[in-house]
Amino acid sequence: MAAGTGSGRTVSATFSPVRGWLLLPSWLVIGIFLLVPVLLMLVYSFLTKEFRGGVIWEFSLAAYDQFVFDRGLFGDDPPQIEWAYITIFVRSILQALGATVLCLLIGFPTAYFIATRPANTRAIWLFLVTIPYWVNLLIRTVSMKFLIRDNGPLNEALLAIGVIDAPLQLINTNFAVQLGLFYSYLPFMVLPIYASVERYNFALSEAASDLYAPKWTILRSILLPVVKPGIIAGCILVFVPSLGAFLAPDLLGGAKTFMIGSLIEEQFKGNAGNWPFGAAASMILLSMVLVVLLFYARAQSREQT
Amino acid sequence: MNIKTLLGSTALVLAANAAAAEGSLSLYHWFEYIPQELIEKFEAEYDVDVTMDTYDSNEALLASLKAGTLGSYDLAVPGDYMVEIMAGEGLLDAIAEGELANKGNIQPEWLDVSFDPGRMYSIPYQWGSTSFSVNRDVYAGDINSTSILFDPPPELAGKINMLDSQGEVMAMASLHLGIPQCSTDRDQLQALDALLQGASANWASFGSDIAKDVLVSGDAAAGMIYNGFSAKARAEGANIEYAYPDEGYVVWMDNVVLLKDAPNRANALLFMDFLLEPENIAAVTNYAQYAAGVTGVAEFLDPELAVMPENNPREGAGPGAFIAVCDQATQEVYDQIWTRLRS
Repeated sequence: MAAGTGSGRTVSATFSPVRGWLLLPSWLVIGIFLLVPVLLMLVYSFLTKEFRGGVIWEFSLAAYDQFVFDRGLFGDDPPQIEWAYITIFVRSILQALGATVLCLLIGFPTAYFIATRPANTRAIWLFLVTIPYWVNLLIRTVSMKFLIRDNGPLNEALLAIGVIDAPLQLINTNFAVQLGLFYSYLPFMVLPIYASVERYNFALSEAASDLYAPKWTILRSILLPVVKPGIIAGCILVFVPSLGAFLAPDLLGGAKTFMIGSLIEEQFKGNAGNWPFGAAASMILLSMVLVVLLFYARAQSREQT
Repeated sequence: MNIKTLLGSTALVLAANAAAAEGSLSLYHWFEYIPQELIEKFEAEYDVDVTMDTYDSNEALLASLKAGTLGSYDLAVPGDYMVEIMAGEGLLDAIAEGELANKGNIQPEWLDVSFDPGRMYSIPYQWGSTSFSVNRDVYAGDINSTSILFDPPPELAGKINMLDSQGEVMAMASLHLGIPQCSTDRDQLQALDALLQGASANWASFGSDIAKDVLVSGDAAAGMIYNGFSAKARAEGANIEYAYPDEGYVVWMDNVVLLKDAPNRANALLFMDFLLEPENIAAVTNYAQYAAGVTGVAEFLDPELAVMPENNPREGAGPGAFIAVCDQATQEVYDQIWTRLRS
């Protein structure tokens, strides 16, 4: 993320002869493993679906039509707006927003705390934050499931101390999905915020304090604007993968209600077998993410000029 | 041990393995469906390295092969209707007469089956039924009706796991409504849609590989499940009963097929012959707790299997039915119902 590093004007002369080539490996990797597949998806989304998976090389808008219009069970009713997929998208966006807000609420104080420790202990704190993430995401999500199930340790503990009379229904709910997303991506929020708070010059806070600024004002008018790039980077890093997540909805949400990721997965891997539609849904998701990033980039460049 | 010696010894082990095995065999199989000891026995007997990937539904198997994994696996184990579909899609390699030494071991009733006439592409692996099981601690009433899934009593509502398998859910729903599978009648399809959309409010989750665990852990109080898988859940301590409902239930047979462009065709045939040996396929049956389609397995079977309630439809149960292969128009309606169910 190029966020907040807009001061690359002091180019070292050491690499100037080869400067044009420095990005070559990145371009190759991005070109081969990102652009080509994305273009392929774009093409596939405009093809005709083959029965039982696969595509027929004939141009068709059927996939996008299916996304927008509901033509009834047999495909011959007058077209109406199809709410099914919009519902799935809105649900995913709300889940991703929720995860982002939760991550921010917990991640910002955590990052601030770490950044204000003595320099020699910060590495340990950061290490502690990252330790759970050395375990595979799948294992962590399954473990979460064991924790929150009806007769799992969480419910049993709450029952034992008498907070609740009957087990809380947590598993297979939207709340469980939210919890899974939030927990999966928390470090993506902590680390960028930490990086920007660490560079923050605390003399600014002291100066403001000396001038009798209340703590809230210092936070709002001085600290937050300075570390904003880190916060935004963190939000994007949490929001975007949450939007396309399918492990958490599948394992914690019981795969009962689709999020975008599971809808797309189902088109390629599951029962439905409609590749163009899966590709179209991916393209719509990608466009939404790009729009968010474009707004962010424009806001950034406006701020810097 | 420093990292260099570690790497060195790993490389040595790898090289030793590669040198030891005559060849390799790549299986694409269901989850929890073959005992590890049986694979090791085959590896030792024929000096072949076996690798295995797993899938969790017939549809996932088809999708993966069509998406480009054809050519990397030798054998797969599709269910009955999927054998027919895969053969129709040209994903299978025909087995010529005489290529399988043990073909004569196939039980006569499983030799000329509708999904693979004359057993051109497949051999029997296991057969069993799909219906549902109910936790008797939660619900003590009558469970001999598909209403348990589609119109559940209050004790079970919201505590039901469904298999994430379109074919089986649609077949059970059709049985519940008393309509033929793959019906092309619009009113019947509408009714099917209405039934499923209404019933889904009472379902907690969709999942096939989790079907046993949710019953054992108590996450689900009832769930669609295969008979042997339910027996395993019971053995793991769940107080559940497998139902053979009045309306009928799904019967299936999983079959080992030779995939087109198999990289190790000869070893694949060896493995098929190996699985047609009564002793070997009986080991699968003892592990998975279904039934084999091979003659002479009886003496190798765990005696408990024969008397297990999961393996013996009760008196008065509805008929068992194989899943039908629908035409494209009906299948597209099914796909739409299935997607709506999840949105």
